[in-house]
Amino acid sequence: MLEIIDIYKTFNPGTINEKRALNGVNLTLADGDFVTVIGGNGAGKSTLLNMITGAYSVDSGSIIIDGINITNMPEHKRAKYFGRVFQDPMTGTAATMEIVENLALAARRGKRRTLKFGVTSKEKEKYKEMLKVLDLGLEDRLTSKVGLLSGGQRQAVTLLMATLQNPKLLLLDEHTAALDPKTSAKVLEISDRIIKNENLTAMMVTHNMNDAITYGNRLIMMNEGRIILDISGEEKKQLTVETLLHKFEEVSGSEFANDKALLSN
Amino acid sequence: MFIEFLQSLPSPIAQGMIWGIMAIGVYITYRVLDVADLTVDGSLATGGAVLVVLTVNGINIYIAMLAAFIAGCVAGLITGILHTKFGIPAILAGILTQLALYSVNLLIMDGRANTPISGRKYNLIVSSNINTITKTIIVIAIIIVIVIALLYYFFGTELGHSIRATGANLAMARANGINTDSRKILGLIISNGIVAMSGGLLAQFSGNADINMGRGAIVIGLAAVIIGEVLLSKIFKNFALKLLACVVGGVIYYIVIAIVLKLGLNANNLKMFSAAVVAIFLGLPYWKNKYAGKFKKTAKSNGGVPNA
Repeated sequence: MLEIIDIYKTFNPGTINEKRALNGVNLTLADGDFVTVIGGNGAGKSTLLNMITGAYSVDSGSIIIDGINITNMPEHKRAKYFGRVFQDPMTGTAATMEIVENLALAARRGKRRTLKFGVTSKEKEKYKEMLKVLDLGLEDRLTSKVGLLSGGQRQAVTLLMATLQNPKLLLLDEHTAALDPKTSAKVLEISDRIIKNENLTAMMVTHNMNDAITYGNRLIMMNEGRIILDISGEEKKQLTVETLLHKFEEVSGSEFANDKALLSN
Repeated sequence: MFIEFLQSLPSPIAQGMIWGIMAIGVYITYRVLDVADLTVDGSLATGGAVLVVLTVNGINIYIAMLAAFIAGCVAGLITGILHTKFGIPAILAGILTQLALYSVNLLIMDGRANTPISGRKYNLIVSSNINTITKTIIVIAIIIVIVIALLYYFFGTELGHSIRATGANLAMARANGINTDSRKILGLIISNGIVAMSGGLLAQFSGNADINMGRGAIVIGLAAVIIGEVLLSKIFKNFALKLLACVVGGVIYYIVIAIVLKLGLNANNLKMFSAAVVAIFLGLPYWKNKYAGKFKKTAKSNGGVPNA
């Protein structure tokens, strides 16, 4: 359903800050794949996600979703294919708008925005039910401004917004990294539940190797702008952090350069 | 002297209300869209010029008001295009349009820097004539109610929501499929339309359209927005009331101006006074945050619980 063909991206070409972020990435996702993406700092994980969503343009290569070539489609136009949750809880929601207004905005992703009321009363009921499932007490705060919520609550609302319309692809970019461990576990659990219930195709970038192993049916590891490991099925189920680190050293010829990932095991 | 001052009050109130409409336009860019738009210094005078020239040439006053509104919309459109399609920072884009409008406004007024319009000869809807000042205030109040009602409805629609989202969080807006460029342009169009319409009212009120009538308009508009917020933000939470606060801010601003003029401030120093008032009111929330921030830090180090 998603095909990434030979993507290259260099930032600040020709300057001393030149950075080769993606170095020929090829990836094909099947319907219902839940892929976890790991790799050291600067490996190209977030860049890859930003290429898919159109936040950055690609230097060469193509991105195809369900047979539609979206390589050069503007970000706001291809947004209808994706649900996104960002690392920073502030990024995914509009702080000065109410919880329902945020959800209603997401419900209209990819649709023409008209002069009809921005939130219908029927919708409000639906959102109330959805918020109740989160079990964060948000169902009674429908008209609260999102800016009043905690980071974890905001990520949970963003997750709802991202999955409201059953996106073709759900992109989670280290969406629990900024949260405390307890909230992080809760948001991860909610993410996993929604992905399973709605049978979504998803990519989750994470710094946490255990999470990468626990969740999803497929794991890819990136290094220096390339995918260096792609493990799925039974093999993924058998993975441990040790074998993963060992494999990394084997393939890349260096030690896994990420204190954060090692510490969080 | 006090009685005399009270008797002279209706005029600054009416003037403050007209500037309050202008401030509603500024609120849309400054607060909703989070853009400081300096086009308004030009588009206010454009509105005045269009209204006076059309009225003097026998056009119905309401049609002339509509034309002033549309002229302002075009000015906003140009700033919007300069900002989003030319990649020029919003403030600079506004300054460019404002500068160009100086020439445009002179063209509209056939090269004259000042075009008079007499309430005796033409059927104007507002006037500073002391005998009809009550009617003027009522007319402006009705216009304010209509403008606020329309904006309240609009910013509650799907389209209005998408403009608010664009102002609140660009990344979020784009991730949700909103064309942020077109929403910024739309916000600038609406804002400058309202500003130009208030320019049309102002020209009628002062009996002429002047090439310099918009000089420093952004400062007065901001003053009205911020005075309204500082005084009323605790009680005015609803969007319609927030817009009304702009009008209250405008009225208070003009009453204060009337007082300081009465107290002997040289009218030549008025712009400096306005700038100082706005600088202080813009500084207030900053100082408040700074002070509150320090206070919070101490609270935390004393074992206070940080916000989860």
